[in-house]
Amino acid sequence: MKFDTSMAFKLLALVGLACVPLAGADFYTELIAKTLVMAIFAMSLDLLVGFTGLVSFGHAAYFGVAAYAVALLSPKYEAASLWYVLPASVGLAALAALVVGIFVLRTKGIYFIMVTLAFAQMFFYVFHDTPLGGGSDGLYLNVKPTAEIAGFMPFDLDNPTHLYYFILAMLVLVYLFLARVLQSPFGRVLVGIKSNEHRMQSLGYVTFRYKLAAFALAGGLGGVAGFLYSVVFGFVTPELMSWHQSGNVLLMVILGGMGNLVGAVAGAFAFVAMQEVFSMWTKHWQLAMGLLIVAAVLFMPGGLSAVPGRIKRALQGGSAND
Amino acid sequence: MDFASFLIQTLNSLQYGLLLFLVASGLTLVFGIMGIINLAHGSFYMIGAYLAFVLASLTGNLFAAIALGIPLALLFGAFLEWALFSHLYKRDHLEQVLLTYGLILIFEEVRSLLVGDEVHGVDIPAVFSASIQLSEVLSYPVYRLVISAVCIVLAVALYFVIQRTRLGMMIRAGNHDRVMVEALGININMIYRVVFALGVALAALAGMLAAPISSVFPNMGSHVLIISFVIVVIGGIGSVWGALVAALVIGFADTFGKVLVPELSGMVVYLVMAAVLLWRPEGIFKKG
Amino acid sequence: MKTTQQFFGKAALALALAATCGALHAQAQPKVKVGLMLPSTGTYASPGTAIGNGFKLFVTEQGGKLGGREVEYFSVDDESDPSKATENANKLIKRDKVDVLVGTVHSGVALAMAKVARENKTLFLVANAGADELTGPLCAPTLFRTSFSAWQPAYAMGKVVADKGHKRVVTLTWKYSFGQQSIEGFKESFEKGGGKIVKEMTLPFPNVEFQPFLTEIAALKPDAVYVFFAGAGAAKFVRDYHAAGLKNTIPLYASGFLTDGTLDAMGEAGKGLQTTLHYADGLPNKKDAAFRLNYAKTYKLQPDVYAMQGYDAAQLYHAGLSAAGGDPAKQAEIIKAMEGAKVDSPRGTFTLSKAHNPVQDIYLREVQGGQNKVVSTLIKGLADPARGCKM
Repeated sequence: MKFDTSMAFKLLALVGLACVPLAGADFYTELIAKTLVMAIFAMSLDLLVGFTGLVSFGHAAYFGVAAYAVALLSPKYEAASLWYVLPASVGLAALAALVVGIFVLRTKGIYFIMVTLAFAQMFFYVFHDTPLGGGSDGLYLNVKPTAEIAGFMPFDLDNPTHLYYFILAMLVLVYLFLARVLQSPFGRVLVGIKSNEHRMQSLGYVTFRYKLAAFALAGGLGGVAGFLYSVVFGFVTPELMSWHQSGNVLLMVILGGMGNLVGAVAGAFAFVAMQEVFSMWTKHWQLAMGLLIVAAVLFMPGGLSAVPGRIKRALQGGSAND
Repeated sequence: MDFASFLIQTLNSLQYGLLLFLVASGLTLVFGIMGIINLAHGSFYMIGAYLAFVLASLTGNLFAAIALGIPLALLFGAFLEWALFSHLYKRDHLEQVLLTYGLILIFEEVRSLLVGDEVHGVDIPAVFSASIQLSEVLSYPVYRLVISAVCIVLAVALYFVIQRTRLGMMIRAGNHDRVMVEALGININMIYRVVFALGVALAALAGMLAAPISSVFPNMGSHVLIISFVIVVIGGIGSVWGALVAALVIGFADTFGKVLVPELSGMVVYLVMAAVLLWRPEGIFKKG
Repeated sequence: MKTTQQFFGKAALALALAATCGALHAQAQPKVKVGLMLPSTGTYASPGTAIGNGFKLFVTEQGGKLGGREVEYFSVDDESDPSKATENANKLIKRDKVDVLVGTVHSGVALAMAKVARENKTLFLVANAGADELTGPLCAPTLFRTSFSAWQPAYAMGKVVADKGHKRVVTLTWKYSFGQQSIEGFKESFEKGGGKIVKEMTLPFPNVEFQPFLTEIAALKPDAVYVFFAGAGAAKFVRDYHAAGLKNTIPLYASGFLTDGTLDAMGEAGKGLQTTLHYADGLPNKKDAAFRLNYAKTYKLQPDVYAMQGYDAAQLYHAGLSAAGGDPAKQAEIIKAMEGAKVDSPRGTFTLSKAHNPVQDIYLREVQGGQNKVVSTLIKGLADPARGCKM
C-alpha cells in the first residue's frame, strides 16, 4: 500500500483516538467509545446503502438482535466468555439478516425501504411484546463478558480503558475487513449492482445471491456494533431496534457521504457531536436537527463529504455543475 | 369466544381498518403517482388530531373543527408540496427519506412548542355521544359507527373521483407515465399538488375523526405511519382499492390477534405482510 | 478530488474529537451539586417539570440553600427513554460530579439510574418511579425513595374491592413491570379478602386500542374491573370504558395514577371514579395548605402528587445534609440522618422503612368536580414488604 496523505490522515486520526483515555475524563471516554460503536454500525450500513445501493431503513434490527443476544446468552450473575458470546451474537445478527434478506430483496426501490422498515418493526415487537427479552422493560447485562482463555486473561472488559481500546481495535478490524471485501471480486460485483443491476444480470451474475450475501454481512457487522453497545451500557431495550435508531444510522452514513468508509466514521462523530451540542443548547434540539436535515437535502445534495468539493470549486471560480 | 363477542370484534376490526384506510389511501396515492416516499405522512395524522383538539376547544364543536380543519389541511398540503416536495421528484429515494424524516422531527417539536406535551381529550359531539345496546352489558358507541360510515362514504367518493372524473383520469394516467401526460398538455405539476394536498387532508381527517376516541398525544403519528406502510406494501403501491382491502385485513388481523394471541399481537400484521411478500412481492393489487 | 474529500472527512473527525475534548472542565465548587434527571420532553414532561418545581420550591423556601449550603443545579432531560438512561445518568454523575441524583418519572429509567448510581456510590433520591425492585432486590444504602412503591396503593385497593363484596374481578394493564406489579399488589390483598381474579389481561405498553379488551370484559361480566394505566392511556381507557357503557354496569377501580393529571382529558367519563394513592385533594393538614398556596404563587400552577414528591425529596436531603454539617462528602452521616428522618410532608408525616421506602398513609379518593377528593384514610402507615431487599 502506498503511503500517501490519505493514509497519513487515517493514522493521525487513529493516534488521536488512541490518546482519548489518557485525558482521564471517564465521561468523555465513554462518549467517544459510544461514538466508535455507532461508527462501526454506520460502516456496516454503508456497505448496503453506499456500495450496493440498497437503502435499508431497518438496520437497527440486527444491531438490536446482537445486543439482546449478549444479554440473553450471558448467565445472570456470572461472566460469559467473550470468545463464545461475540461470535454467537454476531452470527445470530447475520442469520436474522439472512432470513429477512430473503423476503426484502424480492422488492426494490420504495418497497425495499418500507419493507426493511416493517421487518425491523417486527423485531421490535418480538422483543417488546414477548417475555423473551423482558418486554418493554428491557434486560440488564449484569456482568460483562470475560476475555479469559485457558486461564490467561489478555484484557479485562470491566476496565473502561481496556474496553475502550477493545472497541477501537474492533473499529479498525471492521474497517480493514470491509476495505478488503470491497476490493475483492465480490465487492466489485456489489458496486456493479449499485450502478446497474440489469447489466450485472446480463453479464451472468445472479445478483440476488450477491445482494443477500451483502445484506447478511452488513447485518453481522451491525451485530458487532450491537454487541459492543450491550457490553458498554449493560442494558438493552426494544428501543435499540426502533425506527429512530435506523433513521439515525442512515443519517450518519449520509452525513459522511455514502460509499466512503471513513466518511461513515466521520458521520457518526458529526452526528453525536451535533446531538450533544444541540441538546445542551435547547430542549427542543430535535427541531434544530430537523431543520438542518431539511436544509441539507434541499441545498446540499451529496452529503457532508461533497462540501469540500463544492467549496473547492467555488474557490476556483469554476462552475458547480460537474 | 361466543357468537355475540365475535360479531362485536368484527365491528371493531372494521372500524379500525377503515380508519387506517383513510391514512393509507393518501399515502399510496402519493407513492404511486408522485413516486415519493413520505415518512412524514403519519405526522399529518398527528397534526389533524391536534387541529381537532385546538379548533374544537375554540369553536366548542368537533364538526366546526373538522369543517375548518379540512381546508387548512388542504392548504398546508399544497404549501408543503410547493415549498419542499416539488424539489424531490427528481431526487433519489434516499434523499426523500431524509427530508421527510427531518420533517417528522420538525413537526413534533413545533407541536411541542405550540401545544405542549400533554395528553388531551376531545369531546364526542353530543348528537353522536349515545351508545347502542349490543349485548346485556356492552353497548357500542354510536360515534365509532359514524367514523366507519364516514370512511365508507369517502372510499366510495375516492373511487368515483378516480374512475369517473377527468381529474381521476389524469391521476391514473400520471400513475403510469409522467412524460406522456405532459406531452398531452396536462399540467402535471398541478395534478401533483392536488394529489399531495388530498393525501394530507385525508390523513389529517383521519386524525380529526380519531381524536375523540384515541385522545391526542405526542408521537401519535408514528405507529399509524408504519402500519400504513404495511398496508401499502400489501395492497400494492398506487392502488386505492388495494389499500382498502389491505387496511381491512390489517384491522381484522390486529383486533383478533390481540384477543386470540396477545403475546404475538404486535407481530401479527407483520407476519401477514411477510406472507404477502412471499406470494406477491409487488403487493396484491399492483397494476402493470 | 477524492483525496480532498478524504482530507475533509478526516478534518471533520479531528474537529469533532477536539470539540468533545475541549468541553472538558473540572472545577471545585463549594456549593452542593444537585443533579436533576427528569423528563422535560415527551409524554411524561409535565410530571417531570412538577418534580423539579417541587424540589426547587423547598430550596427557595430555605433561602436557596440545603443544609446551609448554596445549591447548584445540573439538569438532564431523560426523555423517559430507558435506552438513554445510563448515558444520561453518567452525564450527571461522571461529567458534572453531582453530590446527589434526583429523578425520575419512568420506572425503567429509574432502574438504569439506580445501577449507575450504585456503581459510583452516588446518593440517589427517587421522586416518583414506583418499581418495587428499587426498594426491593435493588435496594441500596445510597438509594432513597420519597414517592411510593407500586405495591402500596395497589394493595390498599385490593382491600377496598374485597370489602365492597366484589368476588370476581378482571384486571387489565400494560405489559411492563410497573403495571404488572400494580396488579400483583392488588391480587395479594384481594385474594386474601376472598376474591378471585377471573382473567388477567395485558396489552403492550403503550398501546391504547382498548376496544377488543372492553368487548372481552363485557363477555366475562365480572363484578368489577381493576386496571393500571397512567397518562395518555389512562385518559383514553376511562373514556372508552365509559363509551362502551361499562361504567354503569361494572365498577372500575385503579391505583391513583389513573386519575392524576388526566382528569381534564377524561371529562365527564372520569366522574365518580375511586382510586387509591398516598396523596389526595382536600387533605386536612396545614402543611399541605401552605405547600399548595406557595406552589401556586411561585409557578402559577396547581401542585400535584409529583410536585409533592419532588418537594419531599428536597426536604429529606435537607434533613440529611443538615445533620452532616452541610458537607455533602460525609455520606455515611447523611444516610444515617435520612434513615431516621420524620418528613413533614404535605401528604402527612412519613418515615422511611429499612429499605428506604416511605411508610405512609394511603387514601381512598373519589373524582368530584375535577379533583381527586379524599374520601377516607384507608390504611395508616402502610409499609412496603420490601421483598428481596437484603439490607
